[in-house]
Amino acid sequence: MKKVCFYVLLISVFIFTAWGAATADELALLTWKGYAPKVLVEKFKKETGIDVKVTYTNNEEMIAKLRATRGAGFDLAQPSQDRISSVQAKYKIYQPIDLSKIKTDQVIASMLEAVKKNTMVGGKPHAVPFCWGTSGLVVNKKLAPDAKDYSDLLNAKYAGRVSYRLKRPTLIALAFAMGDDPFAKYSDAKAYEGLMEKVGADMIKAKGLVKNYWTNGDALLQSMRSNEVYVAMAWDGGGWKLFAENPDIDFVAPESGALGWIDTFALPAKAKNVDGAYKWINFMLRPENAAVFTNMEKYGTASNGAVKLLDADVKGNFERCFPQKDIDNVKWYPPVPAKLEGIEGKILDKVKAAK
Amino acid sequence: MKHQKRWALFFFLTPVILWLFLLIVLPHIDLLIMSFRIENDAGEMVWSLSNYAQFFEEPIYWRTFVRTAVYSILVTFLTFVIALPVALYITKVVAPRFQGFLTLLLLLPFWVSELVRVYGWMILLRESGVINHFLIKLGILNRPVEMLYNDATMILGLIYTSMLFMIVPLIAVLESLDNSLIEAAYDLGANMWTILFKIIIPHATPGIVSGSIVVFMLTLGNYLTPNLMGGKNSLWFTEQIYNQFIASFNWNQGSAFGFLLLVLSSIVVWLGLKLTRQTLRTVVK
Repeated sequence: MKKVCFYVLLISVFIFTAWGAATADELALLTWKGYAPKVLVEKFKKETGIDVKVTYTNNEEMIAKLRATRGAGFDLAQPSQDRISSVQAKYKIYQPIDLSKIKTDQVIASMLEAVKKNTMVGGKPHAVPFCWGTSGLVVNKKLAPDAKDYSDLLNAKYAGRVSYRLKRPTLIALAFAMGDDPFAKYSDAKAYEGLMEKVGADMIKAKGLVKNYWTNGDALLQSMRSNEVYVAMAWDGGGWKLFAENPDIDFVAPESGALGWIDTFALPAKAKNVDGAYKWINFMLRPENAAVFTNMEKYGTASNGAVKLLDADVKGNFERCFPQKDIDNVKWYPPVPAKLEGIEGKILDKVKAAK
Repeated sequence: MKHQKRWALFFFLTPVILWLFLLIVLPHIDLLIMSFRIENDAGEMVWSLSNYAQFFEEPIYWRTFVRTAVYSILVTFLTFVIALPVALYITKVVAPRFQGFLTLLLLLPFWVSELVRVYGWMILLRESGVINHFLIKLGILNRPVEMLYNDATMILGLIYTSMLFMIVPLIAVLESLDNSLIEAAYDLGANMWTILFKIIIPHATPGIVSGSIVVFMLTLGNYLTPNLMGGKNSLWFTEQIYNQFIASFNWNQGSAFGFLLLVLSSIVVWLGLKLTRQTLRTVVK
């Protein structure tokens, strides 16, 4: 009898703790590494009493996670703006965003408008911008002074000192470096496939030169710090983080154009704490908080007025790496139509499998 | 009394059956159905075998598949070769009071997660890593070499990850081996190799087979170690399944690959049992 009592007690403890955890005011956030700095999570908790539970991921896993649960399990996600409309049309994992609940005067108007247009499904917008940045080269200028374009990722001069991701941005970047325009071929799957085949063949030919295909941003930064890698394709924020530690390493906007992305806030279809999600969006876009994020992670912010609050060196990054001609040359990702991911996936598999 | 026993059995069995059915059988049926469906050009889902046909048509898929199988068998064999002396030492050579301690030492690395262990290896082996640092300090190398990202380090990592699962069943069977058999063989003039092949291995076969099955399955289904330690050259079949699900959004193709992997592992395990003349019953005992 004693034993039975003990087990009953044990089970009830379990149930109560699980129940207790579920009812506390919580916000499940699905986002990228660095997008929810600890200081801001703590400040938000103090202001609203809401606990932010952060899960780090990337675009592809974000979509897969939400697709598996049909949009449940998270209250707020942060996909890139180009990966929303076709995914939403097919899998219905998001719900439209109510712009009247967003303090839109906190957001840079042109960016808000662009994201609204690109995430319009069924006549309703599905996201608001949070931050932006570019993919380009991160170069150790002392060891590889001539690396200027994506084509240097395949340059035998840097054999064993090159690193990039085996993901779609790399394919697109190399296509631009070939002088082609992959974005113009987005609507023509056949032509796009032909172009990607060509890029894949080049990548296979140059496979011996690459040190590794990085998957984890921190691991890449570590390889660059220890001089294991001279030339990498990476995000500007990472390059600027390294520049702050060692001025020899810096982000370089490639000659064929840096690839511009905007990461957003989008509400999963079955989000439970929608009010909390709107609160977090407005909180993160408030200029002083957005500035904390940008000063820390170096990525550009969509918050209107945050620029004035940035550290001098963060402002310096933009001015140093993005003179007007490079800004004009940034290739902004248009929304990805369905089916292209399958084509790219197959090419990437081939590259990975090649000897 | 009898009635009570049945009630207890029912009580304890229900969670197990629910677990098996809801979390294993049901999702697998869903995946099986998914693997026979494709999206046609009009965007509708239709029944088709083309997910499986795709596997045989595209060389990279079945080559990765064969590579994964061959490497898994190799890893299983190497693990056995390394694990047998360790198990023999623990059961037959060392004083009994140290046996528990040594087994505990074997368990120790498994108190941290696989990810941490793999990162530990990466810190040791990378170009700016610990081993390179010492080799240069000692004057053996004059510049660091990259030891990560090739098949050898990947196999090393896989063996390290699965060692314990071979040693534990081996210890269990070797404990039941009567020492006097070995002593008698020595008295009759047998050498070490004869004893190994005529007495120890035949006695240990059930343990070897059960250890091998576990190690083979773990290696075949491993995702982390090939991906992190093998780096750019390590396409493992699990990674291809992951890519289909995550990168290409093609869950149907991914589930077809999953089932092919299930069939492959079942066939290899069945062949292994047939070749060693073991039955599943003796092995899982």
